[in-house]
Amino acid sequence: MREITMAQAIREALAEEMRRDPRVFLLGEDVAEAGHPFKVLTGLVDEFGRERVIDTPISEAGFTGIAVGAAMTGMRPVVDIMFGDFLTLAMDQIVNQAAKIHYMSGGKLKVPLVVRTTLGATRRSAAQHSQSLHAWFSHIPGLKVALPATPYDAKGLLKTAIRDDNPVLFFEDKMMYQVKGPVPEEEYTIPFGVADIKRPGRHVTLVATSSMVYVALDAARILEQEGIEAEVVDPRTTLPLDVETLVASARKTGRVIVIDEGYRGYGVTAEIAAVIAEEAFYDLEAPVRRLGAMDVPVPFSPVLEDQTVPTPEQVAAVARELCGRA
Amino acid sequence: MYELMAKIRAFEEQANELYITRKMPGLTHLYSGEEAVAVGVCQALRRDDYITSTHRGHGHCLAKGARVDRMFCELLGKAEGYCRGKGGSMHIADPDSGNLGANAIVGGSTGIAAGAALSAKMRGTDQVAVCFFGEGALGQGILYEAMNMASLWKLPVIYVCENNLYNEYTHYRETTAGEILARPRAFGIPAEEVDGQDVRLVLAAARRAVARARRGEGPSFLLCNTYRFYGHHVGDVDRSYYRSKEEEEWWKRERDPLRILRDWMVQAGLAEEAEFERIHRAVQEEILAGVAYALEAPYPDPREVSQHVYA
Ligand SMILES: Cc1ncc(C[n+]2csc(CCOP(=O)(O)OP(=O)(O)O)c2C)c(N)n1
Repeated sequence: MREITMAQAIREALAEEMRRDPRVFLLGEDVAEAGHPFKVLTGLVDEFGRERVIDTPISEAGFTGIAVGAAMTGMRPVVDIMFGDFLTLAMDQIVNQAAKIHYMSGGKLKVPLVVRTTLGATRRSAAQHSQSLHAWFSHIPGLKVALPATPYDAKGLLKTAIRDDNPVLFFEDKMMYQVKGPVPEEEYTIPFGVADIKRPGRHVTLVATSSMVYVALDAARILEQEGIEAEVVDPRTTLPLDVETLVASARKTGRVIVIDEGYRGYGVTAEIAAVIAEEAFYDLEAPVRRLGAMDVPVPFSPVLEDQTVPTPEQVAAVARELCGRA
Repeated sequence: MYELMAKIRAFEEQANELYITRKMPGLTHLYSGEEAVAVGVCQALRRDDYITSTHRGHGHCLAKGARVDRMFCELLGKAEGYCRGKGGSMHIADPDSGNLGANAIVGGSTGIAAGAALSAKMRGTDQVAVCFFGEGALGQGILYEAMNMASLWKLPVIYVCENNLYNEYTHYRETTAGEILARPRAFGIPAEEVDGQDVRLVLAAARRAVARARRGEGPSFLLCNTYRFYGHHVGDVDRSYYRSKEEEEWWKRERDPLRILRDWMVQAGLAEEAEFERIHRAVQEEILAGVAYALEAPYPDPREVSQHVYA
């Protein structure tokens, strides 16, 4: 199968959906000629024109609100929030408006909106450009939250997001845009709420999201050499969450580590750990462990920043502990 | 004022160099070309007056009185940086010189500046607060919410809009409806437009605004027309899809704020060419010493990562 980058996969998904459905359009800062600061959207304006690839002012609340209104009245907007941190400026429109409207209207109105944005640290971008805020949105009923880890997942999940009748937050790790992976030429979609086993194993389950999938896979390779077979499970969407697959893996291995780049406190790892503890307690050999970003604003200095995100070595060390090999 | 502008120019060139030679982590947004705005405005301020700054903040920081060596330390993530390496290029804060910090959220400091002005008023000092922002921040609602309150409550805040024509990679005409000056005026805030390349004009306008603020008459708004010589950030090298080489060359040739002040001083018989060369040499020495110091300086202790989360 051909290999393409994450950025290409996202671009393809958008282009194919825009060709398929004239109601799909893009809006955000510098999305047209500039093609997005990470060049994810390059070329789309050439094919679809400025009517459907719309540059906005630096007005996150305003253009997200506009997208909500357009979505309610027959269009299918895809909003680009350049960095996940800037979601905070559009918070009211996403949380109080988009997420609530279907429910408040007794099901009469719907908001088929996609908000594409980033997560992830390790770019030396400091505290206002490095946050992973997906847990916040996973907390809000009425929203859906996707976090693809591979080009294949990114393309399939984004297409599903665009076709979904609900507001979807779609988080892309900005360090992964150049990651390559196999993506078929033919059309496919990936349903929400279906976890993917990125690697089978029987001694310990590593539940990992977004870029942490690669951290978990690296950890699994380290552990393999020591005779520990780790299973890596990627939920792919945190809302909805594929509880069944996670619990099945926990039951099989009896040991679970949850790894996510959001803050550890009150985070995605806490939710997943709780769900597994609730459903698989009697099958567990050890308490569920969690690794997340340190609960500090992301610092600029490399020596500080590098400590804030989980590493394969840390994951492997916890796995050894759980397996009684420490 | 010339010396300060020359220092900012040299600082930025060195920052660019650090980026190109991969000695600096992350990236940075250069201020070259806009020096007259920061210097003209800050010359009208006292050390205890406040400023808030933006992602393009080195010029504001230096103009308000920050030291070169400690700024380079911050750019390199070193322990002696103004923010102990935690902020980096986009977040330098130096409360000792009245700098409440650079902000990487466009429009993010417009409330903070008004708040500092409110605080000065409540504490009964005659400090003023200057809010520097790019024309891109005109898209942010908080600017309007803050200006409304600043005007209602006659806060000593001065809005300095640095219009360098581009919001990242988009001309401001494509993002900004109507007239810029009509915005503050709608709130009853006196506003004037200034040639941001002429430091003398900026200084004169800033003095008027500061005097008004100190008299307790409330906010004012300065629209400074300017230009950034480099890209949006240091990695923005191919700029042809949003602005032409000719345009850049024209600004550098005709509208360089250093050149404009220098020509005027020479013509007025206030200084000789040789003097400027001496200034440039002295400034360059300070910059080189500063960067050499910062390159050698130690990184923070890794344990500092969890310090300063709470006060
Ligand atoms: C709220 C927010 N949205 C988007 C960005 C990304 N961004 C950084 S600088 C910039 C353009 C700013 O333009 P302007 O305010 O004119 O300042 P200039 O860069 O021209 O000095 C953008 C869109 C941001 N930092 N904050």
